[in-house]
Amino acid sequence: MSSDTAVEYEVAQGRSKSFYPRFERKDELQHQTHYCPGCGHGVVHKMLARAIDELGIQDRTILVGPVGCSVFTYYYFDLGNVQAAHGRAPAVSTALKRSRPESIVISYQGDGDLSAIGAAEILHAANRGENITVIFVNNAIYSMTGGQAAPTTLLGQKSTTTPEGRSALGEGYPLHESELLATLEAPVYIERVGLGDNKQIAQAARAIRRAVENQVRGLGFSLVEVLSPCPTIWKMQPVEAQHWVRDVMEKTFPLGVLRDRTREAQPRPAPATPPALEEIPRLLGLEHGERLVKDERQVLNLAGNGSALKRTGERARAAEVDLEVRIAGFGGQGVLLLGEVLAEAGLESGLEVSWLPSYGPEMRSGTSNCHVRLASQSIDSPLVSAPGILVAMNEPSLRKFDRTVRPGGWVIYNGEEFPADCVRPDVRVVALPFTKIAHELGDARASNMIMLGVLLEIAGVLPDASVAAALRRLVRNPRWVELDERAMAGGRARYREMFAEVHA
Amino acid sequence: MEAKKQDRGLLRIDRDECKGCGLCIEACPPKVIALSEELNHYGYRTAVYAGSGCTGCGICFMACPEPGAITVLRAVVHSAARTALEGSACASN
Ligand code: SF4
Ligand SMILES: [Mg+2]
Repeated sequence: MSSDTAVEYEVAQGRSKSFYPRFERKDELQHQTHYCPGCGHGVVHKMLARAIDELGIQDRTILVGPVGCSVFTYYYFDLGNVQAAHGRAPAVSTALKRSRPESIVISYQGDGDLSAIGAAEILHAANRGENITVIFVNNAIYSMTGGQAAPTTLLGQKSTTTPEGRSALGEGYPLHESELLATLEAPVYIERVGLGDNKQIAQAARAIRRAVENQVRGLGFSLVEVLSPCPTIWKMQPVEAQHWVRDVMEKTFPLGVLRDRTREAQPRPAPATPPALEEIPRLLGLEHGERLVKDERQVLNLAGNGSALKRTGERARAAEVDLEVRIAGFGGQGVLLLGEVLAEAGLESGLEVSWLPSYGPEMRSGTSNCHVRLASQSIDSPLVSAPGILVAMNEPSLRKFDRTVRPGGWVIYNGEEFPADCVRPDVRVVALPFTKIAHELGDARASNMIMLGVLLEIAGVLPDASVAAALRRLVRNPRWVELDERAMAGGRARYREMFAEVHA
Repeated sequence: MEAKKQDRGLLRIDRDECKGCGLCIEACPPKVIALSEELNHYGYRTAVYAGSGCTGCGICFMACPEPGAITVLRAVVHSAARTALEGSACASN
């Protein structure tokens, strides 16, 4: 070719360095993408890669890939890559951007991904004005799954799910996602571009570069929608598909800028650095009270058969704690608070805990119960289906759960008479008129704390100091703290009287 | 010199990466790209450069969906040849 000594050639347009030199995909095909010949995704990839090259941000860019034909972005882009669940890329991008504000985070999504299953995620990310860039590749169809109609499918367009063509009556109208998002206050820049001819392609490249640059400048949410050919599913030749974008698709989705507030937008302040891990207990108000180091805490051995309830004083390692409690009653009986104090005390003493409330829709007088687990090992599920201890605030609650108590377990029942048909040979019972006892102590509402006192004696896994600290944290009124402490002590005393022989 | 002026651009096509979609052929303003008669290793007819006439505009590069199938080069002007080449560049602009 031209070899005149006066003229040399240098690369003006070539492979972006934001692409890997080879794609680590199927053996023989590592030098080309997996996209069909003439697919718009490759073109959009190149525009994005070039913008990243030009802005010099390759080292700090994270690309969040979608589900769809472009699921494999991580094979191609030499960037930080995350692959999000279907439609969730804007939510994942939000988390990435907020936790790594110095990163440039780009959410790459197709039309099925963004406008159908991910409709909520994109709407809220845009409405929050997240400082991310969204590249929305719209080919009016679900391509990867074989050509089902998408919200963006044109009226009359045939697909496997609209074999006669989309009808407004049956499938609704093509969703104008960009117009929809442009009604929100927060977005800074939204533009629809196309890949329909050379002019459109040049404009698309400019728009993508702007959308990324906006983020570099910290301006806020930017989205570029790209009308993109899918020759395969549209059943067209590549050039024909390109022209279909310009001649047909654009009529439904007009190109142009739908929002541009880049001039007046102020750089968003960087989010405050998250607190250090050690700071979190203080921020949550968990620092007071004596916190026991895990392997120094004093525990009681809660043996499975319930007979060895002796204070061992051994280190936690010696006694694995795995306590499962179900507390049930009517709303207003202090069911949830009882559970909370128990869980909080467990937390205070360094155990793993879970507290799961469960109640009906009624604010008053509905049934209410909660699941509490305290364990030395991490807890797999917060559900307690076979409690070691059941606390029943009344008879209906007892009847609801008494069969679930595991053999060797306990029932603490609020009532003098334990129903005869609920008696089980393998379960022990503490049945007392707790409400009456609480009334005598000063307030009937303290009955839950008397029952907690009994429970603590049975379980025996929690140091007194942890329980006191938990109570003070959850009950702010000093008059109530005093009453609750007396109630708890009363409960403990009752239990010891009843089961004196166990401790003898 | 003017009679046999140098092309301002030069095109390189990676025949293994090209899938023969033909978008570059459509995009090229001076129409100096064509589809090969013979198939490549993967069974595609691929884009081929006519060998001259490239202006170095780069339009085909962005029309092509593959990251590196097309490379567009542009002439670098050395002082000796600058006058002649700039003249030709202006003339066609
Ligand atoms: S099916 Fe359509 S969107 Fe998917 S890779 Fe092929 S051309 Fe591209
Ligand atoms: Mg699609």
